[in-house]
Amino acid sequence: AFFWLVSLLLSSLIWFIAVKASNPQDEPLQKGLLIFGVMFSVLLQEAFRFLYYKLLRKAIEGLVALSEDGCSPISIQQMAYVAGVGFGLMSGAFSMINLLADALGPGIVGIHGDSQLYFLTSAFMTMVLIFLHTFWGILFFHGCEHRRWWEIMAVVIMHLAVSGSTFCNPLYVGSLVPSYLLMAAAAAWAYLLSGGSAQNLWRFLLCKS
Amino acid sequence: MITFMNNSDSEEEPCNERTSLMSAESPSVPSYQDGLQASEAGEVQAHRKRRTGSSRSPNNIADGEMSESGVPVRESTLENEEEELTLKYGAKHVIMLFVPVTLCMIVVVATIKSVRFYTEKNGQLIYTPFSEDTPSVGQRLLNSVLNTIIMISVIVVMTVFLVLLYKYRCYKFIHGWLILSSLMLLFLFTYIYLGEVLKTYNVAMDYPTLFLVIWNFGAVGMICIHWKGPLQLQQAYLIMISALMALVFIKYLPEWSAWVILGAISIYDLMAVLCPKGPLRMLVETAQERNEPIFPALIYSSAMMWTVGMAKPDTAARGPSQQTWDAAEDGRENHRSPSHGDSQMSETRSPVPTRPITSLEELEEEERGVKLGLGDFIFYSVLVGKAAATASGDWNTTLACFVAILIGLCLTLLLLAVFKKALPALPISITFGLVFYFSTDNLVRPFMDTLASHQLYI
Repeated sequence: AFFWLVSLLLSSLIWFIAVKASNPQDEPLQKGLLIFGVMFSVLLQEAFRFLYYKLLRKAIEGLVALSEDGCSPISIQQMAYVAGVGFGLMSGAFSMINLLADALGPGIVGIHGDSQLYFLTSAFMTMVLIFLHTFWGILFFHGCEHRRWWEIMAVVIMHLAVSGSTFCNPLYVGSLVPSYLLMAAAAAWAYLLSGGSAQNLWRFLLCKS
Repeated sequence: MITFMNNSDSEEEPCNERTSLMSAESPSVPSYQDGLQASEAGEVQAHRKRRTGSSRSPNNIADGEMSESGVPVRESTLENEEEELTLKYGAKHVIMLFVPVTLCMIVVVATIKSVRFYTEKNGQLIYTPFSEDTPSVGQRLLNSVLNTIIMISVIVVMTVFLVLLYKYRCYKFIHGWLILSSLMLLFLFTYIYLGEVLKTYNVAMDYPTLFLVIWNFGAVGMICIHWKGPLQLQQAYLIMISALMALVFIKYLPEWSAWVILGAISIYDLMAVLCPKGPLRMLVETAQERNEPIFPALIYSSAMMWTVGMAKPDTAARGPSQQTWDAAEDGRENHRSPSHGDSQMSETRSPVPTRPITSLEELEEEERGVKLGLGDFIFYSVLVGKAAATASGDWNTTLACFVAILIGLCLTLLLLAVFKKALPALPISITFGLVFYFSTDNLVRPFMDTLASHQLYI
């Protein structure tokens, strides 16, 4: 969570500087700067995920060295999951919390002609992003562990795609549907990477031992 | 200060500094009013100690184990085990400290957001005499710096006074002081707080009920903090009084002064705990020499109650050590409760020679804990509360400061595990908190607002 926060800080710093240095009246330029800010932020988030991976790697080595039987009490997969959840929660919290605070107060959604489904779609989008961050965490760490760069690139591209799709808002079908599809794909991929299989799933669903 | 509570420490090795356990000193909070000065001074001292947040590292724990085994062969294995235990318990300690710090912050933020009283400006403390209602920015800055200087010097004076009192064994005075200040906190501030909360929610309460409630709350609090009581209840009371103190600070410190004071306090904390002649360090060392825990009203201790005595009737040599051990046990329990336990303990401890080796198993039965000074709680909550009160980005800033402070606490505990001596808990967390507050408020907020208005997600 902290790492995500730092990446957010740095990316907003960049964006802020860019905005201050540019003409505030120029609408397309502002929009362009915003797009640039978003993409840059996504890249920074992934970079910080990588840094976090490096930090956790060192921590695991320390733990292994100190433990009695040569294996660390927490595996890298668990750490990947936790890292993903941390990123997701922080990102979700920052996206939603002001919205929720405003939702407590009086008002009518979309009275000025914006979409009436603002709160609903924000909630769904936040949820899908939190899940996605969790899955991306697992995929990313797995890719780093096994030196499969294409997995890492896939995560980055997925993130860029999801963020980019939100530019279609308020045309919600353009952002929510692809994001949910991507989430399903990422979920299946992460599940397979974590050692699951169709058989396991089937056994679990049928409550077999 | 953060210290590890090593149950066995104080009892076992009187002169081994490693074994000394450190209670976190809590920096006392300066009283707002003159009349309260005495109690506050005590509190201040406590707070100062707390502020320094020295962490006693697990060394004490380790030391306890080590000092016991006299055998070199056992030493190396003990060292490894110490380190492992240190790390294993390290994570538990972090969680044990996260929960109370989080609770305190939640209470403060919830109160700030709902009760209007604590965000209204109704005057200032006498410790910050310069007003900030000046026309120019430079003047305002100057006034806040002057306010900070006055406040910090008040704190320094009171800390030094407390250390002197402690050195010259004026325990009665110190205890009287602490009792007065906790009396004030538990009764007066609770009364004001309850009054404001009732006003906000428009709930009527008659005076007899109010009297009953406050009397019970205060009396149980006094007993829990200064004498014996269930650990959880004592922890709850300490959290509540820290929150109350933080709320008072948030209300009565002017804007810029508050931020400058936070910064200056962390620098002071750093110096007071780490410099050889720093008052807090001297206090800690004196307490270690005398093998006494530091005043329970000033420190939050997270350890479990260890009620098993060292009743292993193995060796005859254990006889005397057993007495000291049990006395130490009492002393340890009294750590939360104060004074009379201390004096008893030191008396029983003095005639006993060095302890024989305590078996490792007995040590491992203890639950080690970490001690954090109450002043640290207070200043963390002041930072988060101020962020909640004054930031225009509202919840984002508050959340960012919260995460920053917790991460600072984590890092400090890590350093504690590495350095194994009392460490100040304020500097890292407050630095992170301040950096995140100002950057989130000014940089992240416009970015997030723009994103939210276009419903973009990053």
